[in-house]
Amino acid sequence: MEILPVLAIPLLGGLVLGLLGHKRWAPELNALFSLGTLAAAALLTARVVAAGPMTALEGTVLHEQLFVDPFNVFLVALTAFVGFTTSLFSRPYMRTEEHDGRLSAGRLRLYHSMYQLFSFTMLLTLLTNNVGIMWVAMEGATLSTVLLVSLYRTPQSLEAAWKYFILCSVGIAQALFGTILLYFAAEKVLGAGGTALLWTHLHEVRGELEPTVLSLAFVFLLVGYGTKVGLVPLHNWLPDAHAEGPTPVSAVLSGLLLNVALYAVVRSKVLVDGALGPGFSGNLMMGFGLVSVVVAAFFLSRQKDIKRMFAYSSIEHMGIMTFAFGMGGPVAAFAGLLHMTVHSLTKSAIFFTVGHAAHATGTQNMDAIRGLIRRSPTIGWGLAIGSLAILGMPPFGVFTSEFMVLTTAMHEHSWATPFLLVALGVAFAAIFGKVQPMVFGETNARPLPHPPALVPVFVHLAIVLLLGLYIPPYLVEWYRQAAALIG
Amino acid sequence: MGGSVSGQIVNLLAALLLLIAFAMLSQRRVLSLVRLLAWQGAALAASTLIVAHSTAQPHLYYSAALTVALKVILIPWVLHRLIDRLDVRWDVEPLINIPTTMLAGIALVIFAFALATPISEMATTLTRGTLGIALASVLLSFLMMIARRKAIAQVIGFLAMENGLLFAATSATYGMPLVVELGIALDVLVATFIFGIFFFHIREQFDSLDISHMEKLKED
Repeated sequence: MEILPVLAIPLLGGLVLGLLGHKRWAPELNALFSLGTLAAAALLTARVVAAGPMTALEGTVLHEQLFVDPFNVFLVALTAFVGFTTSLFSRPYMRTEEHDGRLSAGRLRLYHSMYQLFSFTMLLTLLTNNVGIMWVAMEGATLSTVLLVSLYRTPQSLEAAWKYFILCSVGIAQALFGTILLYFAAEKVLGAGGTALLWTHLHEVRGELEPTVLSLAFVFLLVGYGTKVGLVPLHNWLPDAHAEGPTPVSAVLSGLLLNVALYAVVRSKVLVDGALGPGFSGNLMMGFGLVSVVVAAFFLSRQKDIKRMFAYSSIEHMGIMTFAFGMGGPVAAFAGLLHMTVHSLTKSAIFFTVGHAAHATGTQNMDAIRGLIRRSPTIGWGLAIGSLAILGMPPFGVFTSEFMVLTTAMHEHSWATPFLLVALGVAFAAIFGKVQPMVFGETNARPLPHPPALVPVFVHLAIVLLLGLYIPPYLVEWYRQAAALIG
Repeated sequence: MGGSVSGQIVNLLAALLLLIAFAMLSQRRVLSLVRLLAWQGAALAASTLIVAHSTAQPHLYYSAALTVALKVILIPWVLHRLIDRLDVRWDVEPLINIPTTMLAGIALVIFAFALATPISEMATTLTRGTLGIALASVLLSFLMMIARRKAIAQVIGFLAMENGLLFAATSATYGMPLVVELGIALDVLVATFIFGIFFFHIREQFDSLDISHMEKLKED
C-alpha cells in the first residue's frame, strides 16, 4: 500500500500545477510536491528494508502490477531525492529566467507541470511490474521532457528537442519489438494474458524461456533502452538536449533519466541471463559500455559549451556503469549500483552550479566564463569540488566505485583495463583543464538577481564525500541485496 | 482455429501492409502519405479483427476498435488539419532517389525475413508466417524516416513503424495484454499532439518544415 503515494503525489502535482496556471508561488508548490514524493519514497524504502520485496494491491485490478525489491527501491529513493533537490535549485533559477524575460508565465506553467509528470513517469518505470508498462512509461518520460528541452523556443533548442524526440522514439520502438519478442517467449511458458509480462513471474520461469528468441529480444531491448541511456553510437541526442534545455532539466536528465533507462536494460539482462547464461548479454553490454567510455572521453576535450561538456561526461559515466553491469558478479554489480548513486548526485550538483554560473556570466561558452570564485565563492568552489568528484578523485565516492570497477576488470577482463585507464586519464585532463580557468582568475560575472540555491549542491557533494569515506552498514547491506538480485 | 480461410485473409492483409509500406517509400506528396497511413491502419485493424474472430480472443476486438478510432480516423484527421493550417501541401522530396530507396527497401525485407524465420517456426499462432512481414514494415518505416527531409514525413514514418509493431504483436502472440495496448495507444496519441505543437514552433522559427534547416548542432 505504500507504493501508491509515491506515484500519486507527482501525478497529482502535474495536474494541479498544470490546471492552476503560473502563480508567484508555483516554484514553491513544485518543491512541495517533490518533498511529498520524497517522504512517500522514504516510507516505502523503510518498509522494504524492514519487510523485504513486495507486490502491491492484493485483490484489486492493479494486483501485482506494481512491485518493489531492493534494486528498484534504491533507485526510487534516489530519484525522489534528486527530484526534490532539483526542484529547490529550480526555484531561483527559473525566477532569474523570468526576471531576465527569457520565459513567460505560460512556459513556466508548462515547465512546472511537466517537471512533476516527468517524475511520475520515471517512478512508474521503476515501480511497475509489467515490462509492457515499463516501456509505456519510458516513452512517457520522453514525451514529458521533449517540450521542456525546447522551452526557450530558440532555433537551437527546437533542433535539439526534435532530435531528442525522433531518436528516442525510434530507439524506444526497437525496445517495444524486444518486449513483444519477450512476451512471445513468455507466453509459451506462462500462457497468454495477464501474467506473461509480469516481471516477477518472468523471473521465476526465466530458465525455461526460449534462448533464441530471448537473445534476439535482448539485442532489441539493449539498442532501444540503450538509446535513452546514451550509449555510443546511439548518443547523438544527449549533448544537444542537455545543452539547449533549461539547466534543471539537464540535471534531472543526466542524474535520473539515464539511470532509469539503464535500470530497464539491467532488468532485461537478468531475464536473458536466466535463459542464456551471462556470457551473451554481458559481452554486449561490456562492448557498448567500453565504446561509450572511450568515445565520450575523447569528445570531452573538444567541447566549448559547458553543459555539452558535462553531458559527454554523463555518457562516459553511463558507459562505466553499463560496463560494470556487463561484467556481472557481486563486486561489479555493487560497484555499478554505487556508481549510479554517486554519479547521479555529483552530476546534478555540477549542473546546479553550472546553471548559476551561466546566469552570472550570461553565457554557456567556457572561454567566456572566468573567475567564478571572485564573484561567488560558493558557486566557484561548488564547480571545482564537483568537477574533482566527478573525475574520480579520492576521497569522493566516484573514486570508490571506479576503483572497484577497475580492479574487477583487471581480474576478469584484463584486456579492457588499458582502455578504461586511458579514457579516465583523457577525461581528467579535459575537464580539469577547462574548469580551472573558469573558477580562478579575474571575474566577469554579475551578481544574481535571486540568491542562488547552493544548499542542494553541498548536500549532494557531502553525501558523495561520505560515500567515499564510509558507506554505512545498512547501505552496504542494501546494495548487496540489490547486487545479488542482478548478479 | 477458424480454419485456413481466415489465415489466408490475414496473409493477404499482411501483404497489403507491406505493399503500403513500399508505397509510402515512393510517395512524394504529403497528403497521399496521410491517406496511405490511414489505409495501413485499416489493414491492421481488419487483420486484428479476423484474428480476434477466428481465435475467440475478446481483447483483440478492443484492440481493433482502438486501431480504427486512432489510426484510421483520429490521427489522419489531425494530420490533415495540420497540413491545412500549415499550408504544406507541397511535394515531399526524398533524400535519396526513389529507385535506390526501393532497392534498399527490398534488401531490408530479405533481412527481416531471414531474422524472423527461426522465430516464426516456433510460433503456434494462426498468423505465424506474417512476423517477417511485420518486421519488414517496421524496417521500411525506419528507412522512410531516414530518407525524408520533411518533418511531417518523418512523423508519418514513425506512426507507420508503430503500425508494424502492433502487427508484429498480433501476428506473433495474438496481441499484448490490453493494459499495455492501451498504454501504447495513449503514448502514440500524446506523441501525435506533441508533434503537432512542434510543427508550429518549427514553422515559426524556420519558416519551413524542412528539417535540413535543423542541422546546426554538430561537433566541430
